[in-house]
Amino acid sequence: MVPRTSIPAPIAMLAELTYRCPLSCPYCSNPVEMAKKESELDTDVWLDVFEQAAKLGVLQLHLSGGEPASRRDLVALVAGARKSGLYTNLITSAIGLTQRRLAELEQAGLDHVQLSLQGTDAGMADRIGGYKGGFARKMQAAEWIVEAGFPLTLNAVVHRQNLHQLPDAIEMAVAMKARRMEVAIVQFHGWAMLNREAMMPTREQAAEASRIVAEARERLKGTLVIDYVPADYHSDYPKRCMGGWGTTGLNVTPDGLVLPCHAAQTIPTLEFDNVSDKRLADIWYDGSAFNAYRGEDWMQEPCKSCDRRKLDFGGCRCQAMAIAGDPAATDPVCIKSPLHDKMTELADALSHDETAELVYRKSP
Amino acid sequence: MTQIANDAIPVIPRGVRLHKDTVRDLWVLLAPERTINLDPIGLAILNEIDGQRNFGEVVARLADAYSAPVDQITGDVAEFLTGLSDRRILELT
Repeated sequence: MVPRTSIPAPIAMLAELTYRCPLSCPYCSNPVEMAKKESELDTDVWLDVFEQAAKLGVLQLHLSGGEPASRRDLVALVAGARKSGLYTNLITSAIGLTQRRLAELEQAGLDHVQLSLQGTDAGMADRIGGYKGGFARKMQAAEWIVEAGFPLTLNAVVHRQNLHQLPDAIEMAVAMKARRMEVAIVQFHGWAMLNREAMMPTREQAAEASRIVAEARERLKGTLVIDYVPADYHSDYPKRCMGGWGTTGLNVTPDGLVLPCHAAQTIPTLEFDNVSDKRLADIWYDGSAFNAYRGEDWMQEPCKSCDRRKLDFGGCRCQAMAIAGDPAATDPVCIKSPLHDKMTELADALSHDETAELVYRKSP
Repeated sequence: MTQIANDAIPVIPRGVRLHKDTVRDLWVLLAPERTINLDPIGLAILNEIDGQRNFGEVVARLADAYSAPVDQITGDVAEFLTGLSDRRILELT
């Protein structure tokens, strides 16, 4: 067992309140096998989990889903989280948020709203979100969010089908008076894994996106902060996944499983504890899934002797599982991985599939 | 060197707040998807910001409290506040 004293307390918790969602985005990070509504944790259990999280050292609570506004008790959950001392961030499509509900959320102490963007016009957004009329409702709700004075982050998920809209999306964030924007090229986990052929950006698109973001960051300094997730498959070095496995954040699923990252259930050798059975602190410090990839003992070559291991921790475990078939392998994105060339060929082939259709997420 | 006009008023905007992290025994600034650990100097600066005092007054109070030269304090405070302002964690009005 890893001694508790060598493990830092977590800073952030992602609470996936529900898998229900009015949208059906084909890149949804939720698992392809989703829990049914009946198995969602009830209000009191969540409030206890928030209290435990704050005592454990969590500062930032991300309320997500599915669509968190699909929970009827969202206002009570926000109020309870604030009472526990947590910074509350609502990650939402804004569908289901009314002016009245926003006023209640404001009263409950909601700190920040992160609004998802599927496209910059109704044609694109409604097609990607799989929900006709969704874009119009989202734009209306965005106005209410800004009117209510919530600090806003616009989160644009981009891929081969909508990357040409990136400059418009950045202008949209400025027009909405968003303080922050996240530009994330689709991460291929969850439902996105079923849509690699339809969504993989081309190498040229990936490079263009990086150029656009760099230019916008410079031009909009002091107006809009842009966080950027570059195209993974086209990179030479892997992402610093989760800021280090079991060091920074944790994720609680709608039915109470505690995961080191939202895609961790794709690693079949891991077993996860549930907040209904164990204290959050015991799960964080002693849970087998959290300890599986802490530290460096689990690493293989080329990671084991690589200087970058302290920078990126060998990259994404779920991606190693998905591409290399071994969750302890070097992330195949890495230029030092024996699979890197295969990854490059794969990305190029996937990004030129002209016939692939979108596979939409299905709600439980 | 970073400069801020003496009559500019630093304001901590909605969605940003000081928080005592009792687990790690330190003060932090909580902001949208950012947590900034504060050293005693950063905390002292933020404690002088009340949305009313202008930059010159904040500097004068800190120079007085720490018996330090105004020039030196001006540079340090301007650098700290500009760093926050560039990240939209502080507003200068």
